[in-house]
Amino acid sequence: MRKRVETMILALAALALLAAVPAAAFAKQAVPAAADPVLEKRLMTLAAGLRCLVCQNQSLADSQAELASDLRNEIREQMRRGASDQDVIDYLVARYGDFVLYRPPLKATTLLLWSGPAILFLLGVMLLVRTVLRRRSRAAEEPISEAARARAKALLGPEGETEQA
Amino acid sequence: MIPEIGHFSLILALLIALVQGVFPLLGATRGNPVWMLMGRSAALGQFLFLAIAFAALTHAFVNNDFSVAYVASNSNSTLPLQYRIAAVWGGHEGSMLLWMLIFAGWSVAVTWFSRHLPEEFAARVLGVMGLVGAGFLAFLLFTSNPFLRLFPAPADGRDLNPLLQDFGMVLHPPMLYMGYVGFSVAFAFAIAALLSGRLDAAWARWSRPWTTVAWAFLTLGIALGSLWAYYELGWGGWWFWDPVENSSFIPWLVGTALIHSLAVTEARGVLKGWTVLLAIFTFSLSLLGTFLVRSGVLTSVHAFATDPLRGVFVLALLGLVVGSALLLFAWRAQRVGLGGSFELVSRESMLLANNVVLAAAAGTVLLGTLYPLALDALGIGKISVGPPYFEAVFVPLMAPALFLLGIGQIARWKKASLPDLATRLRWAFAVAVLVALFAPFSLGSWSAAVSGGLLLAAWIVTSSAASLFERLRRPRESGGILARLRASSRSYYGMLVAHVGVAVCVVGITVVLGYGTDQDLRMEIGDSAEVGGYVFRLERFAEVSGPNYTATRAEVRVTRGGRDVALMYPEKRTYRTQEKPMTEAAIDWGFFRDLYVALGEPLDARTWLVRIFHKPFVEWIWAGWLLMALGGLLAVCDRRYRIPVRRMNLAPSPGGLLEAAEGAAAR
Repeated sequence: MRKRVETMILALAALALLAAVPAAAFAKQAVPAAADPVLEKRLMTLAAGLRCLVCQNQSLADSQAELASDLRNEIREQMRRGASDQDVIDYLVARYGDFVLYRPPLKATTLLLWSGPAILFLLGVMLLVRTVLRRRSRAAEEPISEAARARAKALLGPEGETEQA
Repeated sequence: MIPEIGHFSLILALLIALVQGVFPLLGATRGNPVWMLMGRSAALGQFLFLAIAFAALTHAFVNNDFSVAYVASNSNSTLPLQYRIAAVWGGHEGSMLLWMLIFAGWSVAVTWFSRHLPEEFAARVLGVMGLVGAGFLAFLLFTSNPFLRLFPAPADGRDLNPLLQDFGMVLHPPMLYMGYVGFSVAFAFAIAALLSGRLDAAWARWSRPWTTVAWAFLTLGIALGSLWAYYELGWGGWWFWDPVENSSFIPWLVGTALIHSLAVTEARGVLKGWTVLLAIFTFSLSLLGTFLVRSGVLTSVHAFATDPLRGVFVLALLGLVVGSALLLFAWRAQRVGLGGSFELVSRESMLLANNVVLAAAAGTVLLGTLYPLALDALGIGKISVGPPYFEAVFVPLMAPALFLLGIGQIARWKKASLPDLATRLRWAFAVAVLVALFAPFSLGSWSAAVSGGLLLAAWIVTSSAASLFERLRRPRESGGILARLRASSRSYYGMLVAHVGVAVCVVGITVVLGYGTDQDLRMEIGDSAEVGGYVFRLERFAEVSGPNYTATRAEVRVTRGGRDVALMYPEKRTYRTQEKPMTEAAIDWGFFRDLYVALGEPLDARTWLVRIFHKPFVEWIWAGWLLMALGGLLAVCDRRYRIPVRRMNLAPSPGGLLEAAEGAAAR
């Protein structure tokens, strides 16, 4: 609320100035939208990993929804009072649950989520090695007959087997 | 009247699809050539009636027939014509109709380009496509009919979502569906091969161009979607790991694995079972994507529960298609021969490793997309899985795959040796390392992440160059450099182009993440700000009005070192019907950087919040995807796919079916 009043006063002041001075005199550097750009950067980095709760899959940093902007103000205020990133996250999780985090925490219910990629990869590698080894041993036992080779060649056509990408 | 004609055409298309699904398949089993040939005419008929239905719906949109419920909820009389046409696929019902139209189009393409296939095989392919088509037409008619009427008709429509009122809407969905649906051809070929028991290199050769074309379209579709999100959403992102994006990315990953494994099967006759399985999975995952996007399950499991008919229908269809395909696979797979052998270090195993990584990556994205749904459905917690998760697990998976790519494309079939590979690639590797070490300095400060990304990109390019160089130096090749270049096949060049595309995309991602800058500013008229070495000066605001919106438009002059670079016009639009404020960012496109200005909120008449981005190399991301798609299309133009198969000495098919069919065709 206080911020809104401030903005209005600023706006009025700007209007008053506007009436007095010609536009060309305003050639100045634009000020950062936030009062404290360093803190804002920290806020936005943190908010990029948080979910806007009322949007359809938008981060708290990107969303223009009212709730998102209120939450940003809240986080900004907390940071100004010296809260660490973890403090802010704890506060939000206590209020909204894990749903607010885009990076799900590691716990019993998310164990499979976090280990899944590694399991899939290792499973794939095991299958790969097994396939190659088994194929090698089996193929050594039964070499391809000349007739089969000739038929394969005919099927593959004139360009043969080496040119393919 | 015209909507009813469309409705009636849909019913006819369903009946024809049933005919297409039943008779050719039966004909192929029983050796009845007339039944087999019915597939071709049925495919044509199905396409014809779907085209009529689609034209009828388009007619309703163009003429603002708001008595059609679907038109009333997705269009408006003030909507410009091109968006009224794009609005045909702006909602669920119409996009399913487009899906079906494209599906029928692919079927017709199969009838055209399959003249060289044995009739029995073509009949099975068309029959499978007929069955899938019948399932989706039933879905369309019973749960998502776009031709239902409203009574009394509203005076005006509720308008198309302003986010969709863009040229991207005209291109992106059709491209994406071309890819999604195109995989149905690969699926149908796989099922036909399982049914007929002829799972061989010839099958791989027939199905490979179809798969590659579908993959190229999907690649283009995803790239267009990403580009569209980038310029339309107004906060400069190009990939959000959104479930909707993921559901197109998963089939893309598996499809990429499929085109590589088809390469092995075609060239060496091995991995046949795996290739068939991938073909089944690629299409199944396309269907799963359709289910995820279309059932409403993504917004909330509860949205799904309130209107379950559609979701349950697609899920049942999915279960039927995947289930019967996998059963067939389990039944027939033992009959598939092993094929030739290969060593642990060989091109085959490199491609297999690529398949392992791509499949694991697809599984990972699928896991991350479905996990929150599963937890929610089980009632054990609500979580979000977003970009931080996907970045954390996806990058470590893909990085080794990109490294292997460089080795794989130069490794020999059957048996390669590591020392030999090391000798052949040592220069390529040295150059890549040098680029990775020093290029970051020319872009800005050095960082490990940027250097790592550039190492992979440079490695792909240098190893591709090494491969090309080797081919040019081959002693058995004679003639000048042009003759030597011509000696390699188009599919080889297609591969190189696509791989370089991967490198280009990696450069884009690496550089824009490493050196992109942005500033949130409070800008008054006359204010200037410096972002990424460019000076942005806010000149003036103007009120403008479009056909169905009003907007505040800013003029921003961009200079660099005192020289004019661009005038940019970002807008904040308010659409009259839906009263949604929309940010229309202004972008100055460039080969080496994009400048991106988006208006935030007004503070007063002369002062706005403005967000300015400097995005170096960002366009390389989409250029890379474009190159991948072009590489795919180039590969399809290869001469060997145009050799008619009938000229080849085909193995006799059971019961002389082939001869019977040919006889019938001649008659």
